[in-house]
Amino acid sequence: MTAGQRGQTAVRTKVGRVEMRSRGVVFGLVLAVVLSACTQQQQSAKTPAASVAGGEQPKPGGTLTFVVNAEPPSFDAHRETSFALLHPAAPHYSTLYRFDPADLTKIVPDVAAAMPEISADKQTWTIKLRTDVKFHDGALMTSEDVLATYNKIIFPPQGVVSSRQGAYAAVDGIQAPDKSTVVFKLKYPAASFQANLASPWNWIYSAAKLKTDIKWYEKNVDGTGPFTFVSYTKGSVWEGKKNPDYFLKDRPYLDGYKAVFIADSTAEVNAIKSKQAAIEFRGFTPQQRDDLSRSLPNDLAIQEAPWICVNYIVPNAKRKPFDDPRVRRALTLAIDRWTIGDALSKITIVKDVGGLMRPKGPFAQSDADLVKIAGFSKDGKASKDQARSLLKAAGQENLTFKLLNRNLSTPYEPIAVALINEWKAVGINVTHDVKETTPYLADLASGNFDVGLDFNCDFLDEPDLQLAKFYSASKLGKGLNRAGYDDAKLDGMIDAQARETDPEKRKAAVWAIERYAMDEMAYQYPAPWWFRIIPYLSKVRGWKVGSNHYTNQDLVSVWLAN
Amino acid sequence: MSAIDAESEELARLRYEENTGWPRTRRAVTDFIRQRPLGAFGALLILVMIFSAVFAPLIVPYDPVQASFADLLLPPSGTHLVGTDPFGRDVFSRLIYGSRTALLVGFSASLVGSTIGLLLGVVGAFLGGRTDQLIQRGMDVLLSFPLIVLAIAVVAALGGGEGKLSNVIIAITIPIIPRVARVVRSSALSIVAMPYIEAARSIGTGSGRIMLRHIVPNVFAPFIIMATAFLGQAILLEASLSFLGLGVNEPEPAWGLMLRGAGMQFLERAPWLAIAPGVAISLAVFGFNLFGDSLRDALDPRLRTH
Repeated sequence: MTAGQRGQTAVRTKVGRVEMRSRGVVFGLVLAVVLSACTQQQQSAKTPAASVAGGEQPKPGGTLTFVVNAEPPSFDAHRETSFALLHPAAPHYSTLYRFDPADLTKIVPDVAAAMPEISADKQTWTIKLRTDVKFHDGALMTSEDVLATYNKIIFPPQGVVSSRQGAYAAVDGIQAPDKSTVVFKLKYPAASFQANLASPWNWIYSAAKLKTDIKWYEKNVDGTGPFTFVSYTKGSVWEGKKNPDYFLKDRPYLDGYKAVFIADSTAEVNAIKSKQAAIEFRGFTPQQRDDLSRSLPNDLAIQEAPWICVNYIVPNAKRKPFDDPRVRRALTLAIDRWTIGDALSKITIVKDVGGLMRPKGPFAQSDADLVKIAGFSKDGKASKDQARSLLKAAGQENLTFKLLNRNLSTPYEPIAVALINEWKAVGINVTHDVKETTPYLADLASGNFDVGLDFNCDFLDEPDLQLAKFYSASKLGKGLNRAGYDDAKLDGMIDAQARETDPEKRKAAVWAIERYAMDEMAYQYPAPWWFRIIPYLSKVRGWKVGSNHYTNQDLVSVWLAN
Repeated sequence: MSAIDAESEELARLRYEENTGWPRTRRAVTDFIRQRPLGAFGALLILVMIFSAVFAPLIVPYDPVQASFADLLLPPSGTHLVGTDPFGRDVFSRLIYGSRTALLVGFSASLVGSTIGLLLGVVGAFLGGRTDQLIQRGMDVLLSFPLIVLAIAVVAALGGGEGKLSNVIIAITIPIIPRVARVVRSSALSIVAMPYIEAARSIGTGSGRIMLRHIVPNVFAPFIIMATAFLGQAILLEASLSFLGLGVNEPEPAWGLMLRGAGMQFLERAPWLAIAPGVAISLAVFGFNLFGDSLRDALDPRLRTH
């Protein structure tokens, strides 16, 4: 397993945990999704090929070959948290709802016939299903299949792993009153429930297959998606072909696809450079993008977008002197994020400066507000002076510590180098302690570090997800909060934002949490956020970059221009 | 004392002085340079490297780990002789400081590995029997792995983190041991068979004393040759391990690390990032190899040429 693979695996693990912790108990999410549609992440489509809805007439035919830089651990998306499964296998499956390929902030029906009917008390969700959906084995999809699927996800039997079970804590029960209707009964109103029904992980499985063997989908494929399974050769390729019985009669456009597994990043670039592959959906570094641009000046399209992925700087609050808020605050004050964000964006996959919510996302603070938070000021010199004063007051003028980091060159290493440089400027002597993923995660989990570089990735801009790791370490933050603190006040603030139904008030609550957690207590704070860069052959059309690498991977709208 | 005796004594004194101390050293150096110019060139490269490592703080124009985000990837110029890296760090300064890492690892691993190999080789040859068999089978096991593979295995087993450089040194030291032990043993076997060793035994000289006083000095020539040769190898191994991410960590300056990171990523845009450490590694290994070869020629009577 390469460093890149290890990195992804861990990111995915985190996603799963975050999702488990998410507590969909508010209405804000629906409003947030609508709001986010209005504040769509910035994207740059640098060639005509980037026209997802550019008015071109999609052309059927052809086989799309794309690169995946890791292998799927199993074939069951309900248990896995890896993009390495989603990218090659998502085209075989459908979900109840999905994010619109043309507008990735909008939720639209997939095998559902329409948006859900929600009762007045918002605790009964009735979903009508399409009646023309067939599994690849020819069986008609009915409400029994959806029922079995969601029972497996929400109420998994003993011994069955469901990575996102926690996201459905509000669900009391599921019913299938007739063959085309599913009813979800909730214990309490949960606005995030709608987004969770569009989760890219919730593939609809066959009730008959699950009845035969609840783990059948771990090693087999049978979905209702736009492409049927052809073959999987471990370490080589995953192939799918057009599903002639797909419920959208004019889709998919492609005759088939091949997901080629290439772990080495140079080989990935070369695969696209030599046109052996057309795209890699997770992302490349700026220099890889530039390399491809130089090599394929007339055949390359590039899409870029802020990414819901970030590295957190985590002082171990259980270890001296990081139990002192002044020291933690000094550490964040010493970092000139605007300068290093700009510099690092030229060499790795980070760029924008933001708080706990994705920069330019629906819950992001304005820069004017952000700069008031310690460590986010644009006056780096003044902040560093403040950091020195705090260190002096705390008796830590000659502070020395180890920065625990993961042995990934992108983006962990450059971020660490920049941080060490910033801390050195205020007199802090830092040793870069780089470890393989397993010992790195073990040290983070056990608190065996001074300051660590943690990470988080999600599939949606949602405070419930992004704030999950800020809960008290001994309570809801268990396994997520690496800083090790317990803070009942912060727990209360996170709960309160989750219950706030007014979107503006919810944003204000989130921003108050950012000020408290990053400035006043300085528990943990982000480095510049990741930035997704997708250079690909311009013949690929109908695919749009999103703020994550999990959604929009079923290839239903993708077509090839030649 | 007659005048003739006095003159003879004076001549003897002068001859003695010519063959001892500084004059003798000077003559040996002059002979070495004249007779083995390539070896002398190698020695010059080594001296330059040692000088750079020792006087690095006086030579470098910039702090080798201090980033300057306004000077990213600047090409070579009067301000930055070998340009800057993706963090705006002066590549020349990092090269000079990198020689410290290379020499520290090279000298430590080579000397320790060669010394342990010398001792094992001499002990095996002198004691023979089961002891020799045991040592040689152990050496066989170590020799069955290629140098770099064994080093990777050792450093992977020892782990990283703090003290990583010492792990790298240990990882490079271990593969050197059996290679030196084999060569030393073969030389020592012929020494052990000499009558003076038998004579030493017959008068009751202890084994340790025989080995240290009578065998080790006689296998010192191959030991020196091997130690010198493995210096270059050790530097190359350290660079290889750093290149593979098993050596020192950023932001510490090390040639292999410079090649691995920015050197590879920015090969087209900033070729100096790969060329500079690449040339440094090549010159260092070249220098040690040239010097080692010439030293072997000079010390081995069978290869001695004038």
